[in-house]
Amino acid sequence: MNTGIPFLPFPHRHLLGIEGLSPDEITLLLDRSESYVEQNRQVDKKQALLRGRTVINLFFENSTRTRTSFELAGKRLGGDVINMSVQASSIKKGETLIDTAMTLTAMHPDVLVVRHPESGAVQLLAEKVDGAVINAGDGSHEHPTQALLDALTIRRRKGRLQGLVVAICGDILHSRVARSNIALLNIMGARVRVVAPRTLLPAEIERLGVEVFHDMAGGLKEVDIVMMLRLQTERFHGSFVPSIREYFHFFGLDYAKLAAAKPDALIMHPGPMNRGVEIDTAVADDIDRSAIRQQVEMGVAVRMACLEVLTRNLSDAAPAK
Amino acid sequence: MSARTLFRNARLLDPASGLDQPGDLLVEDGRIAALGRPCAAGDAEIVDCAGACLAPGLVDMRVELREPGAEHQESMETGAAAAVAGGVTTIVALPNTEPVIDDMALVEFVARRSRDVGLARIRTYAAATKGLKGRELTEFGLLAAAGALAFTDAGRAIADAVVMRRALAYARTFDLLVMQHPEEPSLAAGGAMTEGEVATRLGLAAITPAAEVIMVERDLRLAEITGGRLHIAHVSTEAAIEAIRGAKRRGLAVTCDTAPHYFALNETAVGDYRTFAKVSPPLRSEWDRRAVVAGLADGTIDAIASDHSPHDQESKRLPFASAASGIIGLETLLPLTLELYHNGHLGLLDALRALTERPAAILRLPAGRLAIGVAADFVIFDLDQPWRIDVDALRSKSKNSPYDGRPVQGRVLRTVIAGRSVFLHRG
Repeated sequence: MNTGIPFLPFPHRHLLGIEGLSPDEITLLLDRSESYVEQNRQVDKKQALLRGRTVINLFFENSTRTRTSFELAGKRLGGDVINMSVQASSIKKGETLIDTAMTLTAMHPDVLVVRHPESGAVQLLAEKVDGAVINAGDGSHEHPTQALLDALTIRRRKGRLQGLVVAICGDILHSRVARSNIALLNIMGARVRVVAPRTLLPAEIERLGVEVFHDMAGGLKEVDIVMMLRLQTERFHGSFVPSIREYFHFFGLDYAKLAAAKPDALIMHPGPMNRGVEIDTAVADDIDRSAIRQQVEMGVAVRMACLEVLTRNLSDAAPAK
Repeated sequence: MSARTLFRNARLLDPASGLDQPGDLLVEDGRIAALGRPCAAGDAEIVDCAGACLAPGLVDMRVELREPGAEHQESMETGAAAAVAGGVTTIVALPNTEPVIDDMALVEFVARRSRDVGLARIRTYAAATKGLKGRELTEFGLLAAAGALAFTDAGRAIADAVVMRRALAYARTFDLLVMQHPEEPSLAAGGAMTEGEVATRLGLAAITPAAEVIMVERDLRLAEITGGRLHIAHVSTEAAIEAIRGAKRRGLAVTCDTAPHYFALNETAVGDYRTFAKVSPPLRSEWDRRAVVAGLADGTIDAIASDHSPHDQESKRLPFASAASGIIGLETLLPLTLELYHNGHLGLLDALRALTERPAAILRLPAGRLAIGVAADFVIFDLDQPWRIDVDALRSKSKNSPYDGRPVQGRVLRTVIAGRSVFLHRG
């Protein structure tokens, strides 16, 4: 997907994942995001950068926050944003995905923001369309804008990413957020830990550049960032943990477990939260420790930056027919 | 003033340390204060052992107690009374009660009843899956914190490979043990005894002995990929023992046990449809019986458990295929195991090790050894005294034993728990 144009700072046509990005490219996206954070706090949030551009949010899986965040990002940049929801489960997926891609390509969208319940589906679609594709989450594979907004949140609160110790806790097995964050944090020089019961860890996860822990006391010891993941029960085939009660007892974040982390450790969660399952309500709402609301704010800015960078590439690439 | 008792003139036997020598053992406040050379009696009460063996109390790692739910077959009281009469000081109860022990409250119930009964120490497993249904895992972490020693679906194998894989992986998270009944259930369905000539002559639906090794080999692979600790219950076939032998050689964290009926009996005990010889897994061929003895001799089989499984008359006085499976064993565990010694198959310490130190180590229990400072749980027995098993004289509430009238050698004289004599042989 590399357009190979040397004078552009972001030499990718799509944003399909964090894997494959360089530290400079990530820094560029984060720097661009910073300017949008300021803009989004103004009364007039609107720009004309995407005037005439069409952004289609193509969601094969239910989402409220990510879709809304992309919708706002596109509109604040002055683009036309259309939301399409497709129930992937009700149809034969392979056919529909390609058919949908062909149909949409005929409408000349500039950017497709795609979420799909199957890993690799967004890339498959990207091979078949003309515009730029942003992966808004594919199965348990990648969710690059989430990792970027997490990185932006951390950078703003801690001033850096390099050298920080980050614990990602919970349902690593099913989590695309975990995979994108592990990739990004490693690229940017942070130290990553994963903390989970063995049933929620994929095989050889340590090969992705993480330290593996099976208890919160050890895993959270002296960390700078505690990133909690949602227990994705909808992706469970059979029981990975015996009960919510047991899960919370051993792996839910409460103040007792948080005590192992550094006193100024930041708490993050990609949302939506299951309060009392992976995180205690008081911890989640602790305004001094929790960055969960800030993550949401950063999400819009990061997505604006991604749209900007990818559409700048488009205008210099081959003109649409 | 501390309570002191001196046990004099004993043959002290401790498999854990290799101790086998005449001497004394001093108990102070329920713990062993001295052992070995003759001690000064001082103000201690004196028990003269008259040269009898004094060994750690037996740890019976698989016992069905039927409480809660089927107290007409056995209760904690009768089961514990049978245990101490057999020299057993620690019982580990299986969770296949009614209700199933799959909840913290029930684990605590067992602990409370054990204290109330005050005879043998009763510990418990918890079910590995909710309701022993083989689908959803129980709360391993919380159940272990409440006192469950390990996780098993008792006499039911966890059939689904994915569930077994998750059980082992999840158990490893907390460094816990999963115990499996080694029988592929679809091959065993409907069978009443082991496949072979005897079953064919009797016209009984049979279970292929391969049902055991098929499950064992699957579980060994799952233990290998998860790194989980696996214990295989009551192995009874040469093929399964050979598979475990190989796995141990490869360094896998696997242990296993057998029950006396798999080395003291073979399929011919079924004879003329004797339902007291119906058990699960079924009694095997003479060839397999010898393989069990060999497995004990070379240490492939770690432990011997009674597999005590009480059933009332109504459950056993039925056509063979309809009768319940199970044999009571708490009171015959020691003499039947000693047959292996008297027949020259095992050294005395090795035979006792399979009843004491090994099961305690597998379950990480602070029991099964004689050492200064440990709880004074031990058994005093006459190694050579011959007697005939009399089922009517057994203390267990159920009498389903195939050993009635069997001549054995080795008799429990006294059982001591925390320094207190809880059983004395009269006769």
